[in-house]
Amino acid sequence: MIMKLSMLRFIPLAVAALVFAGCTSPQMKSEGEAAPVVETGAAGQQGAGEAGEGAQTAGMTEGSGWTGSPLEDPQSPLYNKVIYFDFDRSEIRAEYRDVVIAHGQYLASNMTAMITVEGHCDERGSREYNIGLGERRANTVKQLLIAQGASTDQITVVSYGEERPAVMGSDENAWSQNRRAVLAY
Amino acid sequence: MKKLLILAALLLWHGSLSAGLTIEITEGAEGALPIAVVPFGWQGPGQPPAENIGEIVDADLKRSGRFKTLPPKDMLARPHSGADVDFRDWKVLGMESLVVGQLRPNGTGGYLVRFQLFDVFKGEQLAGYSIPTTARDLRATAHHISDLIYEKLTGQRGAFATRVAYVTSMAAAEGEYKIALQVADADGHHPQTIVTSTEPLMSPAWSPDGRKLAYVSFEKGRPSIWVQEVFTGRRQKVASYKGINGAPAWSPDGRKLALTLSKDGNPDIFVLDLSKRTVRPLTRHYAIDTEPAWSPDGRHIVFTSDRGGKPQIYRVSANGGKAQRVTFEGDYNARASYSPDGKSLTMVTRVSGAYRIGVLELDGGRLQVLSTGRLDESPSFAPNGSMVIYATKKGQQGELAAVSVDGRVRQRLALQAGDVREPAWAPYTK
Repeated sequence: MIMKLSMLRFIPLAVAALVFAGCTSPQMKSEGEAAPVVETGAAGQQGAGEAGEGAQTAGMTEGSGWTGSPLEDPQSPLYNKVIYFDFDRSEIRAEYRDVVIAHGQYLASNMTAMITVEGHCDERGSREYNIGLGERRANTVKQLLIAQGASTDQITVVSYGEERPAVMGSDENAWSQNRRAVLAY
Repeated sequence: MKKLLILAALLLWHGSLSAGLTIEITEGAEGALPIAVVPFGWQGPGQPPAENIGEIVDADLKRSGRFKTLPPKDMLARPHSGADVDFRDWKVLGMESLVVGQLRPNGTGGYLVRFQLFDVFKGEQLAGYSIPTTARDLRATAHHISDLIYEKLTGQRGAFATRVAYVTSMAAAEGEYKIALQVADADGHHPQTIVTSTEPLMSPAWSPDGRKLAYVSFEKGRPSIWVQEVFTGRRQKVASYKGINGAPAWSPDGRKLALTLSKDGNPDIFVLDLSKRTVRPLTRHYAIDTEPAWSPDGRHIVFTSDRGGKPQIYRVSANGGKAQRVTFEGDYNARASYSPDGKSLTMVTRVSGAYRIGVLELDGGRLQVLSTGRLDESPSFAPNGSMVIYATKKGQQGELAAVSVDGRVRQRLALQAGDVREPAWAPYTK
C-alpha cells in the first residue's frame, strides 16, 4: 500500500512535467499578482545595431538564475495560486486543472509544506449561502490536491464567501475575479 | 406625484442632517394620515435642551409611511397645551390629528415631558401623558411618544423605540479593512460600535430579549460564533468547530441557537443548546444547508438549501425530520426569516437577474417583491411586522433601506461613510 502511494505520487509528477513544458505564461496569468514584465528588446538582442545609442542592454540566459522556491518562480506553474470559477459553480475549469495538480504534486513531495485553500464568491446572493459556496469551491480544490498525493493534514480550508473581494465593483469583470480559490502557503 | 416625492425627500433631508443615517422617502405615501406635531414648548429658565422632541416625533411618524406631517412653517398657531388649542386652526389645514407638548426642568439633569394627542374633527383628546426623563434619554423618550401616538392611531404597536444592528466596513490601509459591528437607534441615531476587527464580522442576530447579539467573527483567520451582551460588552465564544461556523439564529425562548456547521464535511443545520453546550444535527444532506430561522412559536426552522439544484427555502420541524420545500417561485430564494406573527417570510429572491427582497405569505400566498435594487440582501422584519429593513447598494457603497410590508413606502438609511450591510432589527427589549 505504501509502495503504491509513493508510486502514484511519482507518476503524475512526470506527466505534469510534460504538460508544463508546453505551457506558456499568458495562460497562467492571474489577477492580483502582476505578470512579470518582459521587455522585448532585452534577451538576446544586445547587438551591433544598438551600439552607439548611449544605452546598453544585456540579456540574461533564459531560464537560468532562479534559485528560490518554485512557489516564487514566475516560470513555474506553482507561481499561480489563484484559480477562478463560473457563477454559482464549484467545478475546476479545465484551464486551471494543471495549476491545482502542480500544487498537489508539490505538497506530495514536500510533506512539511502546509497550505490554506481560501474559497471566495462574488457579491451576488446571500452572504451565508456564499460562505457555503466558497467552502464547496475550496473543497473541490482540496480533493484534487489530495488526488495528487497531498495529505489532508497539509490542507486547511477556509471560506470567506463574499467577505473578501479581490476587486471592488459590481460588474462581471469584478465578479469573475472574485469567484476564486486562493492557495496560500 | 413626483414633485410631492421630491418635496418630501427635501424636507426630510433638512430635518435629518445631523443624523448618523439619513432617511428619505423614495416612494409615495398616498393614504397617509395627516397629522400636525407642534414644536414642543420650553417652560424653564435658560436654554431648552438641544434634542428637539417635537422634531423627532414628527420625523418618526413621517418615516413610518403611515403619516403625512405638517411643516411647522405652515401652522396657523403653535399651542403647547390642550387649553390653548383652537381646532378650527387645524381643520382648515385638513389635519386629522394634532400633537402638542412641552418640556420643563425636573430636578438636577432631569426633565418632565408632557404631551397630548387630539382628534381634530371630534375635538377630543385621545391620549395625554406626563413622562419624567433625563437629558441622556430625551431621544428615547421622543421615540416612546411616537410609539404611543402610532399605536393609538393605527392600532398597531410602534417600533420607533427599537434598535438596529449592522456591520460596517471602512478601508483602512491598502487592502485592509476595519470591520465593525454597530448598534444604532432604529432611526439611525446614536450609532455605537460594539465589536471591531480587521477580519470579517457577519450575521448579527438578536436574542429574543434584545439584550444579546450572536455573530460570526473571523478573528484568528477562521470563523467562530460569539454571543455578546450588548449593554456590558461581555462575550463568549459558543461555536468554533472545524470548517464553517455560521448563520446563528436564536430560538424564541432564547435557550438555543440554530447554526450552520460544516464540521462533518459540508454545511448542515445544527441546534446548539446554550446552557448544556451540546450540538445536535437538524439536517443531514450533501447540499449546502444554511441560514436557519425559527418560527415565532419555536416549532419550525426554515433554512436555505440547494438540494434541489438551486438555493430554495425549506422548512423542518425544530425536532428534526423531513424537510419540506417552501418556495417554488424563481430559481434563487435565500435567507428567509419569519414575520413576528409567523404568517409570512421575508427573503432574498432573484428576479430576472436582480437580487431583491420578497415577502411570502405562508398560507398559499404569492411571493411579493418589495425592493427595486440589483443587489439587495439581508432582510429583517421590524418587531411590529410593519416594515422590513435590508441591505442595498448605491454605486459601490452598501447602505441600509427599509420598506413597508405592503411595498408602498421605501426609505434609504445611508451612513455617511463606509459600507453598511447586514441589518438586523432588534426585538422589543425585555
